[in-house]
Amino acid sequence: MQVNETFTPTIVAFCCNWCSYAGADLSGTNRLNYPANVKIIRIPCSCRLNPMFILRAFQRGADGVILCGCHPGDCHYTTGNYYARRRMTLLFSMLDFLGIEKERTRVEWVSAAEGAKFAATMNEFVDTVTKLGKNKRLEDLRCAK
Amino acid sequence: METKNLTQEVIRISGANPKKCMKCGKCTATCPAFDQMDIHPHQFVDMVINGRLEELLNSRGIYNCLSCFACMERCPRSVEPARLIEAVRMAVVRQKENNHLKPDAIPALLDDELPQQAITSALRKYMK
Amino acid sequence: MQRIGVFVCWCGSNIAATVDVEAVANALAMEPGVVISTNYQYMCSQAGQEMIQNAIREHKLTGIVVCSCSPRMHEATFRKTAQQAGLNPYMVEIANIREQCSWVHKDKLTGTEKAIILGRAAIAKVHLNAPLTAGQSPVTKRALVIGGGIAGIQTALDIADAGFEVDIVEKKPTIGGKMSQIDKTFPTLDCAACILTPKMVDVAQNEKIKIYSYSEVEAVKGFVGNFHVTIRKKARYVDETKCTGCGLCTEKCPQKKVPNEFNLGLDTRRAIYIPFAQAIPKVATIDADYCSMLKSGKCGVCSKVCTAGAIDYKQTDQLIEQEYGAIVVATGFNPISMDKFDEFAYSKSPDVVTSLEYERLMNAAGPTGGTLLRPSDKTHPHTIVFVQCVGSRCDSSEKGKSYCSKICCMYTAKHAMLTREKYPDTEVYVFYIDVRTPGKNFDEFYRRAVEDYDVHYVKGMVGKVTPENGKLKVQASDLLGGRQMHIDADMVVLAAAIEPDKSARPLATMLTASMDTNDFFTEAHPKLRPVESPTAGIFLSGACQGPKDIPETVAQAGAAASKVIGLLAKDNLTCNPCVAKSDEMMCNGCSACEKVCPYGAITYMDKEFRGPNRTTLIRRVASVNPAVCQGCGACTVACPSGAMDLQGFSNSQIMAEVDAICK
Repeated sequence: MQVNETFTPTIVAFCCNWCSYAGADLSGTNRLNYPANVKIIRIPCSCRLNPMFILRAFQRGADGVILCGCHPGDCHYTTGNYYARRRMTLLFSMLDFLGIEKERTRVEWVSAAEGAKFAATMNEFVDTVTKLGKNKRLEDLRCAK
Repeated sequence: METKNLTQEVIRISGANPKKCMKCGKCTATCPAFDQMDIHPHQFVDMVINGRLEELLNSRGIYNCLSCFACMERCPRSVEPARLIEAVRMAVVRQKENNHLKPDAIPALLDDELPQQAITSALRKYMK
Repeated sequence: MQRIGVFVCWCGSNIAATVDVEAVANALAMEPGVVISTNYQYMCSQAGQEMIQNAIREHKLTGIVVCSCSPRMHEATFRKTAQQAGLNPYMVEIANIREQCSWVHKDKLTGTEKAIILGRAAIAKVHLNAPLTAGQSPVTKRALVIGGGIAGIQTALDIADAGFEVDIVEKKPTIGGKMSQIDKTFPTLDCAACILTPKMVDVAQNEKIKIYSYSEVEAVKGFVGNFHVTIRKKARYVDETKCTGCGLCTEKCPQKKVPNEFNLGLDTRRAIYIPFAQAIPKVATIDADYCSMLKSGKCGVCSKVCTAGAIDYKQTDQLIEQEYGAIVVATGFNPISMDKFDEFAYSKSPDVVTSLEYERLMNAAGPTGGTLLRPSDKTHPHTIVFVQCVGSRCDSSEKGKSYCSKICCMYTAKHAMLTREKYPDTEVYVFYIDVRTPGKNFDEFYRRAVEDYDVHYVKGMVGKVTPENGKLKVQASDLLGGRQMHIDADMVVLAAAIEPDKSARPLATMLTASMDTNDFFTEAHPKLRPVESPTAGIFLSGACQGPKDIPETVAQAGAAASKVIGLLAKDNLTCNPCVAKSDEMMCNGCSACEKVCPYGAITYMDKEFRGPNRTTLIRRVASVNPAVCQGCGACTVACPSGAMDLQGFSNSQIMAEVDAICK
């Protein structure tokens, strides 16, 4: 068991290819720091995010999952982020029911121009999850080493 | 108070952002008390930006402002010069009294040299 | 088992400074399936690419992972590299260890650690990659231009010049747009009609161009190369093929009190009208809102006088369906409403006009025949005050526009100059905040107004205008003179900000083209792709993309045309192979995917399957049109049975990435 002070959470960030992934790239181009425990997975659109992926991440030991997509109305595929928003609302209420703190999951709209917002969001999200500590409720112990 | 801090204080009290000014002069164009004022609204905004607070504090013009808010209404950039002028007046009052104006104190002060605008501003402040 | 090669790029010191590339390469070499793992200074260089190609051949690699910059930067490069070495380009995965690792982390230890994990995720994904082949979709060799102003006209002419068919859809009865309302053009002061009308005639006579005037785009379906557009041809109650444009009906119509929108309501027209003498097509149109025959069935004068028998009161809107390969948006602009600027007394006095109205008052074909007269009492104005930046450069409040409308400084200088030239006894004041004249011969033009024409340029702004005894009392500031000015003016001209046409917003929704907060169409890249919309096959021309003057609009129209020609010149387009695919054996025919697809790419069909004991079963299954699918993946999540998957971003691939990251 890790001591809380040295605890670094594992964060999975799903970023849509058109806005948020580019936004994440931009925060790199602008050299805006955010913690290294954020790992980004590129998906074509926020609507590609199957709720199963989030459950899988928690099961495998992730401590927080964040989905970033284009701002409402700006989706490259017109309506994808609206689907994502509805799906995540349902999933989050289910996670809440399961006892997963709702601060562990988040949806954030980050445009390709918002590198600063991306970095700030990640910093803040990592802080929040660090304070919550390790995700023990959903982690599949059979998966843990 | 130092000029820099005073400038910050005036900007903070006013809640306006003088940096938004694009120096179009619509405030001065619209000002009905132009002839009475030694410093005109657009100069006023510029002087706040450049920290020329001492001059402003000693100006008569700040008391000639009618607080009619025509400049606020017409300003295309939401700089709101009237709020800045009010904030300077407030700064003067606070320095004098070394504190906020108390509503109870108003009747007594009415006869004195205290300008009507300061009372209005104080009342407006307490109304909020 | 895949045979995977891992290539770690230093990117000079961009990556190598915060990531120990050697350690990353060594760590990733231990991953299952990795047969070679190496690092190099610049993977994207010629030498780096050759290194990858040699490794592919030498080690018979079936997949490669490049740990380098963002896939948005060099994914295409490395895919091409792989393809040249005989590897399927979709067997390449990029681990983004620059933008999302070395550039955002300072500590070398954590940077290296993260780079290894990102590399592992990419390896896990490439294990599950499958070779994909890009499909082809045919291109319809016809373009649609929406809007028939100078932007639309120039684009259409240029496309037609290259030999492709072009249709122009114009919502007004004639093409010509704003330029047809303008008197003279800056900085040369040549007459707008003299340079525009020959172009309009060219359009009318060009065999490749078809004009749908008095028409609007009703619906757009499809995708680049294959747009299916429904055009609503509004009823004009005149048979276009019969009308000769003689104009007799427009003289005889008894309904005389219709505000003439071509002259911005400064005069009136009849209920049946031709907007202006050089209209194209020169065909009359009945305004259904004012025509007594259409409203009450009593009149019919135009029908009686028409010798061609072109009047048809029974005409209805027509819907035209047409296929296009590319769509150009050229919807243009309008001056903003002056409702919110009551301090200038626009609603109180007819002598306060906008610049476009002033343009009509100066125009020889305008309501006053080119003589400048005050709208109120038809007398010559002797003092005219021009106010610049009305509604432009406002704080992003609800009052005006935050941007500079760009054209006002120049047309105001033009108006001031023309006024002084025609009527030297007129005093002209121009109140400016800044005079912005970046353009060829633009500043010289403005200086001429000041130096040669004695226009009074005053740095300041007009505060209020009060109509009084037939005069306009103007109160303004002269900032450099440190005074407040009071001018008794005869006319006040407001340089109103310009905004995109109101039709642009619904059109953008139809086209799925993105817009900015001011309703200007967004370009695919502000610097490098200025005439393309991010939506493939949609191009932008003229002021619908941002404020522009005529030379710029024409230049952009030509640029948009060249992009369209580049697209239409292709017989086929290569499709993105990363599209959805349904597993027919798992599909239960529920239609959930069909409902969420924004492109209508999914259809259902009945298909025969082999059942037990040599029977055949007919089942309803989903089928994806790979040419229409854009690969968003909405359907994959909607599918309850897991039959729908996205190639290149499959469920198992993303799961593998998740696992690798969380390990």
